[in-house]
Amino acid sequence: MSDSALRVPPAPYQVRPDAGGAATLLVTGHGAGGPAPKRIVVGYGFWIFLLSDVVMFSALFATYAVLFKNTAGGPTARELFDLRNTAAETGCLLASTFACGMASLAVAERSLKWTQITLLVTGLLGLSFLSLEFREFAHFVHAGAGPSRSAFLSSFFALVGCHGAHVTAGLLWLGTMMAQFHFKGFREDIRHRFLCFSLFWHALDIIWVAIFSLVYLVGTLPPEMLP
Amino acid sequence: MTERESYDAGSYVGEDHSPDEAPVTRTLGEEVRGYLLGLVLAVALTVASFWATQSHLIYGPGIAMALLVLAVAQMGIHLIFFLHLTTAPDNTNNVLALAFGVLIVCLIVFGSLWVMIHLNHNMVPMSELMRMQ
Repeated sequence: MSDSALRVPPAPYQVRPDAGGAATLLVTGHGAGGPAPKRIVVGYGFWIFLLSDVVMFSALFATYAVLFKNTAGGPTARELFDLRNTAAETGCLLASTFACGMASLAVAERSLKWTQITLLVTGLLGLSFLSLEFREFAHFVHAGAGPSRSAFLSSFFALVGCHGAHVTAGLLWLGTMMAQFHFKGFREDIRHRFLCFSLFWHALDIIWVAIFSLVYLVGTLPPEMLP
Repeated sequence: MTERESYDAGSYVGEDHSPDEAPVTRTLGEEVRGYLLGLVLAVALTVASFWATQSHLIYGPGIAMALLVLAVAQMGIHLIFFLHLTTAPDNTNNVLALAFGVLIVCLIVFGSLWVMIHLNHNMVPMSELMRMQ
């Protein structure tokens, strides 16, 4: 009989002398050690929601890919998109996602000051992203390239606008989190809420990676280089 | 330094340790370094994407595919360094859910493109339609 077959399952609790003898629940993912802590369950549930959100975005991406060349005689992606603006938006969102990661560490360290500072930076960078995007949309509409101009522009505004709407919702959520940390402190339920927010914010940046690569960068390639 | 258990906020989907071992204790400095490494890799891949469209080093018709590959790579970096998706046993559910999500995304995107390209191909051109009337 092999050695592993005789192995006794690990104890569900591990007593940790370094933490004043506190017992830590060991989670193995194989049923041993009892049910997973609430933090794991909350994260998993929100992860399922985020994946459903990604599936919705994939439908918008598919629509855009199908309608990309249907410009109805209107402006093409190559004529419209300004890659310097896209680069600035990308930089804002990437820095914002990093600041959000720093906020998670500040929450883990229970530092209210650093939590609020990093969340404020996250929010300001998100706001810069939104204003750059809004300026771009306003410029398109002003130049007669609004969502009603062609099937290409309808699908473009639906896809990028949906991401922008998510960022707007995320900013409102971020403001709520800052207020809740201020008034309620690092309570367990508030920390779980913040876990969900940080997952949401990081996921939005992942969707933006797909948008800037496949919409803006591929869209501005010369026609003969397009697939 | 606070104990490892206190890292329960933020983007930790789950702790990263095997069932037989004690949880890995990481210091704040190590955590920050992890995020910084992710940031550096993400910036490098972003710059590579923008560079690929401008340079003439890549075979023209292959640039779109290169951009797709770079985007998928950057998404992986974000998942590992920012969302902390790991292969640890307690993360199995998250990884399986992600795999299912990727399957659905691929079905929707490639399925739509496949069907619509064939429909386009089999359609009578508009000029022909006009002549038939």
